[in-house]
Amino acid sequence: MLRGNTMGASSKYPNGPFDSSAMFARNFTAGDRATRSVLEELVAGLASAGIGGDDLATIELILAEALNNVVEHAYAEEPGPVELSVAMHRSGLSCQIIDTGRPMPTGDAPNPSLPTINPPEEIPEGGFGWHIIRCLTTDLSYRREGPRNTLSMMVPLSEFD
Amino acid sequence: MRVNLLERLSPYECKGTDQNTEAFVNITSRHSGSALVITVDDNRVDASVAIEFKESVRSAAQEGVGPVILDLSNVTFLDSSGLGAVVAVMKLLGKERPLELAGLTAPVSKVFRLTRMDSIFTIHGQVPDSLKAAG
Repeated sequence: MLRGNTMGASSKYPNGPFDSSAMFARNFTAGDRATRSVLEELVAGLASAGIGGDDLATIELILAEALNNVVEHAYAEEPGPVELSVAMHRSGLSCQIIDTGRPMPTGDAPNPSLPTINPPEEIPEGGFGWHIIRCLTTDLSYRREGPRNTLSMMVPLSEFD
Repeated sequence: MRVNLLERLSPYECKGTDQNTEAFVNITSRHSGSALVITVDDNRVDASVAIEFKESVRSAAQEGVGPVILDLSNVTFLDSSGLGAVVAVMKLLGKERPLELAGLTAPVSKVFRLTRMDSIFTIHGQVPDSLKAAG
């Protein structure tokens, strides 16, 4: 069973915005529309916390790719629960996505090279997601524990107002 | 002033949103010289609208015979599903109707550059005024 939204003790952060317990967390049912809604909420929250436009665009893209993968692969058969949490640290945003869908086939997060681009014969329409995630994150890890997939990664911040 | 970080809210409810909401994409198109300019009026092209986006643009591009310029100047978010939809439209249109891009915002341009797909499209820096959809 997934944790509820109970991480951290309070919505007040006496240690200021760099308090590593400061967190955005949502539980939702996997789906493309839900991904969009949750990301829009996340971006609004991060913007009000002082995260700048370029960083907002980056984190939204990374999490969209990761959540799209959950919808398309982990829950290819039927939708299930997802927990997204994002915490702020001095070095960046640590992100965690938990689902209870199918495990990664290789037991690890993919690290593919870019699909071959050789027009006009070979023009890929997909296979970009993990490349984008790997390009823009550090400390990416995946683990399977019982029925749960946990993907963790750090998104470095370039600016902070 | 720094604002305290994110408040934790109650669990997000999304009952039925994926099953019951029909996704659609707003586009407008107009002829400009020999080209057909298709402007995406929405600001997100993501997995939730990728299929509809492909269908809408393909359908709009059935008019005319020359190049098709896709004006993305309103689009501030495009993920790899949206990118795939743009590529799919380009393939569907074929050589006779080359799909060109215009007005890429910074986040959209980044996706094209990261995936090197900027190399297969003619990308106009801006939508020239003469090409902008009226209104």
